[in-house]
Parts: sequence; C-alpha cells; structure tokens
Amino acid sequence: MIVAAGPVIPNFGRGSPCEVNNGTFCTDWVRAHWSDTLQPALVQHIELALIAVAIGFAIAFLLALVGLRVRVLDAPIGYWADFLYTIPSLALFQLLVPITGITVLTVEIALVSYTLLVLYRNMVEGLRAVPAEVIESARGAGFTRTQTFLRVELPLATPAIMAGVRIATVSTISIATVAAFVIPKGLGYPLFIALREDVFKTEIFAAGALAVALALTADALLHLLERALTPWTRRVRHA
Amino acid sequence: MTTLADQFQPGTFVDALRFIVDNVGFLLHLAGEQLELSFAAIGIALVLALPLGLWLGHKHRGLFLAASVSNVGRALPSLVLIAIGLVVFGLGFWNNTAALVVLAVPPILTNAYFAVDGVDPDVVEAARGMGLSEREVLTQVELPLGLPLVVAGIRIATIFVIATATIASIAGGGGLGDVIVNQASYGLAGVVGAALCVSLLAFLAAMLLGLLHRAVSPRHGSGA
Repeated sequence: MIVAAGPVIPNFGRGSPCEVNNGTFCTDWVRAHWSDTLQPALVQHIELALIAVAIGFAIAFLLALVGLRVRVLDAPIGYWADFLYTIPSLALFQLLVPITGITVLTVEIALVSYTLLVLYRNMVEGLRAVPAEVIESARGAGFTRTQTFLRVELPLATPAIMAGVRIATVSTISIATVAAFVIPKGLGYPLFIALREDVFKTEIFAAGALAVALALTADALLHLLERALTPWTRRVRHA
Repeated sequence: MTTLADQFQPGTFVDALRFIVDNVGFLLHLAGEQLELSFAAIGIALVLALPLGLWLGHKHRGLFLAASVSNVGRALPSLVLIAIGLVVFGLGFWNNTAALVVLAVPPILTNAYFAVDGVDPDVVEAARGMGLSEREVLTQVELPLGLPLVVAGIRIATIFVIATATIASIAGGGGLGDVIVNQASYGLAGVVGAALCVSLLAFLAAMLLGLLHRAVSPRHGSGA
C-alpha cells in the first residue's frame, strides 16, 4: 500500500557510528538529510494542511450560511459533520481509495472532512451569538442585508470563527501525518519509513518534532492574525 | 509498482462486504483486540485526568494548565505518539497504550476542568451555605451540573483513541488496523472491508457516548 517511490531513505546500516547504532538522536543524519528528506516532507505537509483548511473553510462557510438561513437543516448538517469526524482517519483514507485512487485528492477529501465539524459549529455559533439589536440598528442605519452581514455580523463572529480555524488547522496538521499510509507525502512519510526500518530513532524524533513545531507555529500565527482582525477586542480582553 | 488505483474496480465495496461476511469471526476477534486496547487506554486516562481536572476546576486553579494541555495535546500527531511510544517502550503492551493515554488525557482533563469551573458560583455558594463539605459540593453539585461537558470530553477522547488504535497496528497494536495496513495479504477488498468495520466500531462508540451525553444533559439546557 505504501508506494515505493519518493525520496530514497537511507537505511541506517551505513553512515556515521551514531546512525549504525541507531543512537537516540544523530544530528549528522539530520544535517545530511534535511534537504533530501525532512525539508521536502515539511513543505508537502504545509501544502496538504493549507489546502485542506482553505477548502474546509469555504465549504463550512457555505454550510453555515445555509444552516443559519434554513434552521431545519442546521441539526442534520451538524450530525453529518459529526459523523464524518468519528470515522478513523486511516479508515477514511482507505475507504476513499477505491473511489479516488492513490492521489492527493483522496487525502484532501479526508482532511477536509475532519475540518468541517469544528469550523461549522464555530461559525454557526459565532454568527448566531450576534445580538439581534445590533443587527436591527445596523439595518436601521441604512445598511443592506449584505452590508450588515459583511460589516457587522462577520466581524463580531470573527473570534469564534478564528478559534475554529485554529483548532481545525492544528488538527489537520496532526492528521496529515496519517496521509503517509496512502501517499508518500508529508511528515508522516519519514516517520512511516523510520518505523518500517527497525525504528530509526533520529528520523522519528526529527519528523515528529517538525510536525509538532509546525502545528504550534501555525497556531501562534493564527492567533496573531486573529488579533489583527479584531483590534477592538483587545480593550475589553481581561488578560 | 502496483498501486491501489490499478486494482480499482466498481465492485470493490461489494467485494469488501463479501470479505466481511466471509470473515466475521476473524474481524470480530480483531475488533475485540482493538476495543481491549482502547478501553485500557481510556480507563487509565480517566483515572489520571478526571480527578485532576475536576479538582482543579473545583479550586478554580490551573487554568493555564488545562488550556495548554488541550492545545499541546491537539498538536501531538497520533502517528508521532505511536512512533515515539515504540522508541521509548519497545514493542509490547505499553508502547501503544501509553501513546493512546497521552492522546486521551487532554480532552478529558480540559473538559472536566471547564465543566466544574463553569458551574454557577451562586449555586456552589448556596450548597456551601447548606453545610455541604467541599467534597460533597464537588460530587453532589458541581459534578452533576458539569456532567454533560465531562461526558463530551470522554466522547472526544474515545473517538481519538479508537482512530489511533487503528494506526497502532503498525506498532504491534493488533486490531482491525492489522488488515487495513496489510493489503498484500488481504487485498483491497479486505482493506476496505476492515476500514468499514473500524468506522462502524467508532461510530457505535461515538453514538453510545452521544446518547449518554444526551441522557445527562438538561432537557431545556441553557446551552451548556
């Protein structure tokens, strides 16, 4: 099932004494294989996650508009998103393979599916929490429906929406490691190879640390973006 | 190079269902293995995280801990945990159990904390005024009121654990993942069949805990 293509991962029978003895962390291996193994995997991982969160955001946003407008659909959409969320990632990847093959598409469909629950819930709850009086006064001030939505409701719901985006992004970066079971891409791939090759520790720690660091960095960047998007919340925030 | 796509046939799902029917006993055995591993991990995580989360919430202390445990927990990829479990503990019972426990603790701990921390302070004061001890306040007032959120945390932890227990098969965890990662032996129909089974297993577990969540939630809840 693992495609025997992609970067050539050296087995640790060769190389430095540290590598041969499978030492806990061989910095020389990391230096030697940063550019042919770790860096490409990191870049692919970022791509996988970015695409998934962007598409998930667009779909969840459309669903939220539908769920808010047509209230009877809110519960079914929520249940569907929750149902998708419960399917184990490894299983969902494999269930899609007969339909979309061993492609990035398969991986993205699964990753997008997992973002929908938290994005949808946070969007609906954030938009629903906007007080009716605020919307009324905007309408009273002569705003059209669209203007009210874009200039009043959406900004007020931004903290909730961004909280959802942060959770979805971090989770997607985490789940994207499992994509290596289907396609030889992302930080899961060196991990997977290292597990196969008698548990090569350096590669596991290096790829694992990169995945965690990527998730935490993305979370911090999104937090900064959230603050930039909602400058008015800083005055009332009790730090 | 053989890929799954080369073997694509419209009847894959039919073949998968046939595989399930033909191998019911084997699949049930694997599902049992997977549930055993999952229950062990959730049980240990509950013992570790639930009392701590409830106690911290009761004292309204450790907000930073509760919040960062959940943030960091989410950032730890399950595959990384499985791999590191294998490095630290070697092949055996503990490598996967430990990885799954680490995964299950954050949602249980954080939800338990916020469940108790968020209980109306007036209600807690009233209970103290009636002469309830601190322990009684926690077990008879705060815990029942916060129970929906506590159960929601356990539900999320269970979904994570069952999903990751599937991946754990590459580190000797057994379970239905054994079939999913071994296409060479079981063919695409077997892989898809086992994936269907594991999805059903996760769905049933999530549904049961969802029903429990509903049972402990107030009928006309104020959005707890």
